[in-house]
Parts: sequence; C-alpha cells; structure tokens
Amino acid sequence: MTTLSAKIRTDRRIDLVHRRIYLTATLCLLVMLTLMAQVLHLQVVRHEHFTALSMDNQIKIVPVAPPRGRIFSSDKVLLADNRLSFSLELVPERVTDEPALLAQLSRFVAISAQDIERFRELRKRRRRFEGVPLKSHLDDEEVAVISANRHLLPGVDVVASSGRYYPLAQSLAHTVGYVGMIDAAEFEKLNKAIYRGTNHIGKAGIEKAYENLLHGSPGYEQVEVNAQGRVIRNIYRKPPEPSKDLYLTVDASLQLLAVQALNDRRGAIVALDNRSGAVLVAASTPGFDSNLFVGGIDSKVYAQLLRSKGTPLLNRTLQGTYPPGSTIKPMLALGGLQQGLRTPEATTWCPGWFSLKGSSRRYRCWKREGHGHLDAANAIFQSCDVYFYVLARDLGIDTLHDTLTDFGFGQPTGIDIGGERAGLIPSTRWKREALGQPWYPGETMSVGIGQGATLVTPMQLATATAVIANRGLQVRPYLLSEARDSVTGQSVIRAAAGPGREVVFAEPEYWDRIIHSMQEVVHGERGTARASGAGANYRFAGKTGTAQVISIAQGEEYDEDKVPEELQDHALFIAFAPVEAPEIALAVIVENGGGGSRTAAPIARELLDHYFHKKRRERHG
Amino acid sequence: MKEVSLSEKRHIDAPLLGGILALCLIGYITLYSAGGQSTDLLIRRSVHLVLALGLMFAIARTPPARLSGASLLFYLGSLLLLVLVLFFGETGKGAQRWLGLGPVRFQPSELMKLALPMVIAMYLSKQMPPPSITKVLLALAFIAVPVLLVARQPDLGTALLIAVSGFAVLFIAGMSWKLLGGFGLLALSSAPVIWNLMHDYQKRRVLTFLDPEQDPLGAGYHIIQSQIAIGSGGLYGKGWLNGTQSHLEFLPERTTDFIFAVFCEEFGLIGVCVLVGLYLFIIARGLYISVQSQQLYGKLLGTGVVAAFFVYIAVNMGMVTGQLPVVGIPLPLISHGGTSMMTIMAGFGILMAIHTHKRILSD
Repeated sequence: MTTLSAKIRTDRRIDLVHRRIYLTATLCLLVMLTLMAQVLHLQVVRHEHFTALSMDNQIKIVPVAPPRGRIFSSDKVLLADNRLSFSLELVPERVTDEPALLAQLSRFVAISAQDIERFRELRKRRRRFEGVPLKSHLDDEEVAVISANRHLLPGVDVVASSGRYYPLAQSLAHTVGYVGMIDAAEFEKLNKAIYRGTNHIGKAGIEKAYENLLHGSPGYEQVEVNAQGRVIRNIYRKPPEPSKDLYLTVDASLQLLAVQALNDRRGAIVALDNRSGAVLVAASTPGFDSNLFVGGIDSKVYAQLLRSKGTPLLNRTLQGTYPPGSTIKPMLALGGLQQGLRTPEATTWCPGWFSLKGSSRRYRCWKREGHGHLDAANAIFQSCDVYFYVLARDLGIDTLHDTLTDFGFGQPTGIDIGGERAGLIPSTRWKREALGQPWYPGETMSVGIGQGATLVTPMQLATATAVIANRGLQVRPYLLSEARDSVTGQSVIRAAAGPGREVVFAEPEYWDRIIHSMQEVVHGERGTARASGAGANYRFAGKTGTAQVISIAQGEEYDEDKVPEELQDHALFIAFAPVEAPEIALAVIVENGGGGSRTAAPIARELLDHYFHKKRRERHG
Repeated sequence: MKEVSLSEKRHIDAPLLGGILALCLIGYITLYSAGGQSTDLLIRRSVHLVLALGLMFAIARTPPARLSGASLLFYLGSLLLLVLVLFFGETGKGAQRWLGLGPVRFQPSELMKLALPMVIAMYLSKQMPPPSITKVLLALAFIAVPVLLVARQPDLGTALLIAVSGFAVLFIAGMSWKLLGGFGLLALSSAPVIWNLMHDYQKRRVLTFLDPEQDPLGAGYHIIQSQIAIGSGGLYGKGWLNGTQSHLEFLPERTTDFIFAVFCEEFGLIGVCVLVGLYLFIIARGLYISVQSQQLYGKLLGTGVVAAFFVYIAVNMGMVTGQLPVVGIPLPLISHGGTSMMTIMAGFGILMAIHTHKRILSD
C-alpha cells in the first residue's frame, strides 16, 4: 500500500511537470500564431503597398551633409571657407562592369591609380546605392565633358558639393589645419550616423580640434527612385543641423605681418594677449598650401613636402623645440632671488670666463674681455653669461629645473589644438631615467644660459614671457575665441578669458626689478637690443637670445662666415608691452638667424609697432 | 530482451533528424540566393554542418546519466570561460565576446546556452517537484550569474536566450505560480533600472523599434527594408533568386540575422508556412521526447532545450517582421554562422540522447 500511495504521489508530481510541458507547447503555438499573423498582415493585407514600394519605386534615404562651419580670424578675415566644387561619384549598385566603366571614364578625365585605390577603399564602407567619390575638384571642362557623355556612363554622377578652401593657407596652415578624406582608421571611430554623406574630416589644427563644432549634424531626404535608381520625387526632407562658425583669437593682419617679417626664413613667432592667453599670432615658416590636402594630396607632392629641407609641415610654434639661450636669464635671475641665493644688489665678477673649482674647463662669456662687476639687472640687460654660470652652479640643476618648470617649460602649455610637444628641462632625475647616467656639475653651466639639453617651444617661450608680464600669473594659451551658429549667428561658445591657473611666487619688488632690467635691454644705453627699442612711442621689455646649434670646442672661435647656414646660431627674442600695463607678450625665433638682437628683435619691434598702431587707429575710429 | 530498432542502437531519432535535414536543405537554398549565389558560402556552410552533425551524433550516444553527472563541471567550466572573456576576451563589433584559442575563436556564451539548462535540470531533478523556495532561489542564482556576465559583454540577445533556457527548466519543474507572479512583478518594477544600465546603442535600438522613423538611416532602415521585402513577397513569393529587395542590396545582414526576410520575399506566405511547419514539427517532437522520458532529468532538460530553440526562432522572426527590437539573433539552421549551428545541433543531440537511452535505462 505504501509503495502504491508513493507511486500515486510521484505520478501526481510528474503530472505537474507534464501539465507545464503542455502549457509550454500551447505558449509556443500562441506566440507562433502571433508572429504568423504579422507575416500574414505584411504579405497579404499590405502586399500591394509593399510591392509598389519594392517593384516600381524604391524609397531611398539620402543623407544631406551640413555645410562645414567657416573659420574667421579675430579681425573677421575668412580663414577657411566652403567653395562649390564638383566631384565624380560612382554608385556601385548601378555599375555593372567597373573596369570597363573606369576605362571609359579615363577617356574624359585623368584618373590616377591612387584615385582608384581610394575609391575601392571608400566603397567598402558605403551602402551600394550611395555614391562613392572617385575624383574630387573637377574643373569646368571636365564637368562639361562628363555631363555631355553621361549616357555612356551608367552609374556615374557629377556631384556638386562644397569643398574646403583656405584663402590664407600659406600664412596660417599650421594653426587652422586642414580637412582631408576620411580614412579607414578615422572611420572606425566615427559616429557613423552623423558622418553619413560626409567625405571630409578635420585632420590637423583647429579643423581637427573643433571637428565636432565645425561638422554639425546631417539631415536626410527621403526620395523615390525608379528601377535605375534615378530620383523621381522627394518625399520628405529634414534639413541638416547647422554647424558652427569659429572665430579665432588670431589677428590676421598681425599674423600676415609676422609671416612676412620672417621672410621665408625658417622660424616661428608667437604673440599672446598675456592677460587672457588669447593667441594673437602663431606663425610658423616656411608654410605650406593646406588646400593641397583637401581633395586628397598627391603622393608625390606630399613626399616633396616631407623631404623639403625647410620641413614646412612642422608646426614650429608647438612642435619646434629650440634651446632658449639667454631668453631664460630673467626667469633664472628671479629664481636666484626667490631662493635667497642672490640679493638684487649682489654682484658677480665677470672676467670673461668661469671655471668650476678643480676643473680646467673654461666656460666663456660672450664678451671675451669680461663685464667686470655686475648685479642681477646688469647681468640681464647686458646678457652676461658668467653671472648665470655662477648662479646656475649655486642653484644646482634640480632647483634650476624647478624654477624653469614654474614658468611652464618642460610641459605642454595646454593650448586647444593638438600636436604640442613638451620640450625638455634637464634634471638629475631626467638624466638618470632617460640616459641612465649621473648628472655632472659641469653640465649645469650650459643649462644656466639656456643651452645643453634644454629645449623649449616658441609657445612655451611666449607663455613664460606672459608670466613675467603678469608678474607671476600663468595663462593657458588658446585659439578659439568664439563659436557662432552658422545660420543665426548666435554666439554658442565663448572662450573663458580670465586669470590663469597658477602664480609663481616671488617678492613683488623682484618682479619690478627684473622687468625694469628687461626694459633696459631695449631702452637702456647698454641694452643688447637697444637698436630695436630706439624711437618707439611706447615702452616695452625684452630679452635677446642667441642659441648655439653646435658646441664650440674649447679655445675655438665661432666665426659666422665659416659655419654652414644650418649650423649657425638660432636668433631669439622675447618681449612684452607696454611695460606699465602689459597686454601683449611675444616670442620670436629665427632658425640659424645669427644673433637675437640683430635678427629677432627687429621683427618683434615691427610687430609691436603694428599692434599699437592698429590699436590707436581702432580707438580713433 | 526487447527488440531494439536500428535507430535506437545508433541513438538517432529519425523524425527529429528528418526535420533537421529538411530545414538544412531550406537553409542551403535560401543562403545560396541571399549570398549572391556564392558557392564559397555554401562550402563554409557544409563544413559547419558536418561538424555540427558530428557533434550531435556524439552527444546522442552519451547516456543522460553521464550528461547529468558532468553538468555541474560543464557549468562551472563555462562560467570560468565567461569570466576569462571579461578580462582577456577579443573585441568584435564593439563587444567583448570572443575567446581566442590559437586559430580558433569561440564564444563561451554559446556553451552556457547548454550548460545552464543542464545544471538546473540536474539540480531540480534530485528530488520530486515542485521545488522548494530555497531551491528556486538557488536556481535563479545559477541563472543570474552567467546572464549578467553575458549582458555585460554586451550581448543582450544571447543573455536573453540563456536566461530563457534556464528559466524554462525552472518553470517545467513546477515552480509555483505565486513565485512566478512575484518574480514577474519584480522584473517589471526593475525595468527602469535596467533601462539606465543599458548601453546607448541598446537604448537606441529599443527606441528605434518603438518608432522606426526616428532613425531611418540606421536601425530603422533595417526594419523598413525588411518589411518591404516580406510584404512584397506576397502569397507565392517572387521566386527563388528573384528577390529584388535582397539582390539590390536594400536588405542588411541578408545571410545572417535578416535571412528570414529573404526567404519571405522569394517564397511567400506558402513558403513561410512550410518553414514554420517544420519548426513546429521539431518543437513538437522535442516536447514529445520530453514527455516520454522516464527520467525527471530528461523531461526538464529536454523541454529547456526545446524552449531555447523556440525563443531563437520567435525572437528572430519577431525582429525581422518588426515586432521586436533588433537584437542579433540568427534564425536557427537557416542563417549563416558556425557557432549557433553547433549549439543548436548539440541541443538536438541531447534530445536524441534522452529519447534513445530511455529503454535501455528502464530495462
């Protein structure tokens, strides 16, 4: 009996499982019926509707790319514009015999192997009904020939689009940057929905850094096309979301003057509004024609640009690294005061050379016969090397490193476009980590006059100059002043101008003394750049620098006439003005330009003259 | 001694095998058309098929008791691999799902589709149904861990399938309606939380599903074009190799997730009825095998496997016809793809094992 009742109980429980299985079966059947009802609805009830859509007409959705935002200078000069340009596109789904079509096409327009390669690459990433560009920037004749022979060329379209054009390419290519065809790596990272219908993307400079503002968001058109794919009518159009026009801090007239002043020499000029960090000038010469990149640069031209001795593609303002030479002397003098190692009045004896105790190596002053007794101010405006050899020895390399780091050297300035280099301020730690060697005391002397392993970018030099002009306040340089809606003109983003991040500590009185000595550089009787200060109707402060490219062997004489050009000294000059209430700080570097006072300082003077002249003119109407 | 039929000696269930082979044939025909008449695709499909059928036969020969004995180890092993994927997985299509073993890449989440129903069936068949609350809770934990791991990859489709295969077993085992209702309510109330945890692209898919016009260039495009393909097929279809939607390449993912649309366009409602009929036949046969099984383990596991197979079909059809959001789940035995083929055939192997070993066990 017990076994029987147990069996009955077991059976009941198994029945429960079976009931659940039948329930599952019913559920499956119900779900399947629902699904089939939908298939029935689509295939029988709405069959005609869908047949019409699929057979006679096909609805296509065509993306409408927004016109790219334009870029203006602060004085409203157009730096990047959109121009109507015509490109040749193939629609893969309408091309039956591609090789034959390409052969046919090449009878009318020149098509390079590179064009074809890029076309094949792009084609993989488009839907088959979307046009794929084969050749951009057709000239009028090519457009005419293709339009006339269109019946011979199924699947070929001439598409008008707005292409990028840079009116001031040669003078501002590095900063504004350029757009180019989207490549495979970029495509991977893109938001595909936003880039449908867009072939170009910012590759460098502002064009790259502010891609999201410049690009906008595409709209689309719903169109009906016939069996051949030609558009019969537009059903619906959602306009693209307009992009933003960008207004830069760069002053075009000042920029052009800077490029002109560099006069085809290799060099860089950076000018900042020291109060805000707004970049007024960012000139890097030689320049290049950024328009070449827009349609996909020819590989031969590109190789030529890369090989060119002047390295035109290098943005020297951010990527050029130079020994700062004597331009860092004011900062080091401040460091000495700050550390309590010097008083402003304390003098150092300059006999024309300096030696470390127990070493026969002589570190020479640029003035062979020596300066005699000098205090800090004198050492700056006469640019005495011995004063700074001794100061460097007393500071020691690591304090020297910290002092220069306080002024922003050895680290990116944080400017709002990419590609910036950090430069290098040597230290014991750096030498140990990078070279695995200890620091030798003899190496400290050369760092004290901005030589040795010390490397700075022109942008860093200008921001460090701004720190002095601001009496300690650091600013982060920036290029974007304002973004405005390209349709309404409404301001969307405005640069947050204002005080910077950090204050370098020093007695306020020390700033006055150092600034005064820098003023003496240009306005004093014995200043190294007194020629450039003469006759100015405003007061400015400056510091010359002459950076050695090669080391001169002990006892050897540097003779400009005997040294090949690429080994001649770099000419440097930093300045800010007006001394009473500084509003512009700048750094000028002319590669292999010889002395800073002779080559770089006059350029700075020219720029400052123009700056104040323009300001006066604006004020008076 | 009872006479043992040939199919039982070889551990093959003839009706099930017949249904599977018929579907595979339809798969070949559709794939040939969808893939632009590429023979290359057919050759790869053949390789997948031979491997998958081999796996099925091998599993069919394994006594269910052995499957039950190995299930915990299999489950834990699969779980370990899922954790490994989390740390060392290769990324493909934006999700970390793959584990590389030399030249072979595979998705451990596929193993879990079988391991989970196996381990829960084992656990719940230890005593007579219905399971106690503690057992239910523990079984839910067994389900939750791998589902969350897979959802994190993120692979919502597979996570859904795994969850269903485990839950189906729990349901069949007689989990009380009260508990079921309770968990249903809990799931509903946690929906907003899940929404917040979802990735942007997943949210977008759900929103697009609710309003395809919102994103006519992206996922909405898929649904619109898929519906045009299905609808224009009509009652009789446009005929094999004559589908314009698919051949003009309006249809996305033609050989994989959206192959059902190609089939509908070319074979029409009549073709769909045949296809769905075959699917229902296989499901019915699988449930019949489960009911017939004399072991509770067989009943639970068999139904779990069938339920997972059904959800595969239903989710894919629902997605392609525009009734469900787009989740990447292929149509079983028709879509191109090796991994899903292996899992599905392994499931059928389990069903055959349950069916063909029962007499030997009962003797």
